Amino acid sequence: MLKTRIIPCLDVKDGRVVKGVQFLELRDAGDPVESAKAYDAAGADELCFLDIAASHENRGTLLDVVSRTAEACFMPLTVGGGVRTLADVRALLLAGADKVGINTAAVKNPDVVAAAAEKFGDQCIVVAIDAKRVSGPGEPLRWEIFTHGGRTRTGIDAIEFALAVSKRGAGELLVTSMDKDGTRSGYDIELTRAITDAVTIPVIASGGVGGLDDLVAGVRDGHASAVLAASIFHFGQHTVGEAKAHMAAAGLDMRIDR
Amino acid sequence: MTVAIIDYGSGNLHSAAKAFERAAREAGLDGTRIVVTDRPDDVAVAERVVLPGVGAYADCRRGLDSVPGMVEAMTQAVRGRGRPFLGICVGMQLMATRGLEYETTQGLDWIAGDVAPIAPSDPSLKIPHMGWNTLTVDRPSPLLDGIPTGEDGLHAYFVHSYALKPVDAADVVAHSEYGGSVTAMVARDNVAGTQFHPEKSQRLGLALIANFLRWRP
Repeated sequence: MLKTRIIPCLDVKDGRVVKGVQFLELRDAGDPVESAKAYDAAGADELCFLDIAASHENRGTLLDVVSRTAEACFMPLTVGGGVRTLADVRALLLAGADKVGINTAAVKNPDVVAAAAEKFGDQCIVVAIDAKRVSGPGEPLRWEIFTHGGRTRTGIDAIEFALAVSKRGAGELLVTSMDKDGTRSGYDIELTRAITDAVTIPVIASGGVGGLDDLVAGVRDGHASAVLAASIFHFGQHTVGEAKAHMAAAGLDMRIDR
Repeated sequence: MTVAIIDYGSGNLHSAAKAFERAAREAGLDGTRIVVTDRPDDVAVAERVVLPGVGAYADCRRGLDSVPGMVEAMTQAVRGRGRPFLGICVGMQLMATRGLEYETTQGLDWIAGDVAPIAPSDPSLKIPHMGWNTLTVDRPSPLLDGIPTGEDGLHAYFVHSYALKPVDAADVVAHSEYGGSVTAMVARDNVAGTQFHPEKSQRLGLALIANFLRWRP
């Protein structure tokens, strides 16, 4: 039986982990490779690197981090942030990323998704959707795509966009609620469910995890195939093992290889 | 012993090579040399041959054909000299007679059968079949020696929308459940293939690679 995936996400800037993984005594908590190894050993199902600086000058640094991680960890790795062209996708895949996240570029030009899927296979193209509620009280729920870290409103309906990119070759969607991100109050379940139920490809829930019940809700109520979280793991609030045990106790099918 | 991992432009093979090196080391198989190569001469003389593959079927087949002499070298090593062969993901699918992804593409025809879309009986199941699944053994194979299988067994990492359906059910070593049976591993004589990615499957993957390195079909 296919299991629900838990995906720790590391924000990377200039080749360093932002805020760092603080739950283990790593020799260098800011080294993404060290952190990746720790999550590999902890039983994470996949790992996600998000390059939050994504400056052109530092691309080489990111590629080096990806390639050193791929050499040390025998687990799937998704890398996103600043991916604009087919050449960017190719460089990350050649460095050792298994999947590449495309965000703003997919919003600006969905043809990039189709071209990348055709060239590299849809299994490695993750479209990252950053959405915010725009419906007023009493109105039917509606979300729009926002870019540039939630600052730029695009006017594009999130569910229509999800459906469109899934038909154009996205293999998976990473759905982040910009309302919830950083609040530790749980995923936007309505958003997650609305998108998951609209598309036939897997959806990763993201943004807002404050505790283990939020992970359960993302799958049980949001219908997500995978749950992404950052701070609850990085700061030692919970281990990946605890999260899996909690989700399994709630009746979800988890991979517990011990 | 030299293991040739065939490089035909299908993604990063560095992590695959590292996984093979680590599996060899942990299994105490000293003197194992892992070579990532696009040279048919290397493949022709290798003791073991590995064909990875990521992407679309037709694209991979074109990539393989674009390396002059590679298919001939593989065929000579594997069919002529009986060298053990492992296909991974699309590399496994290329062992089939035909691939039906977007267009019909001829495979190597080492395992009779077509590569067709996965069609789960439960329409709410997502495609691609992506993530960790357990293996159900259909017939014993030394490649699975010491690997716990079944619902309580170890997991393998899958990411695919198409699957190989062998004509001869005896070619299927293991399957996974995903709204029906999905071929996870095939073997016939000295050739074997996994739909999942052993190089991404942590414990199960390293154990399977070690078994392949020891395999004497």
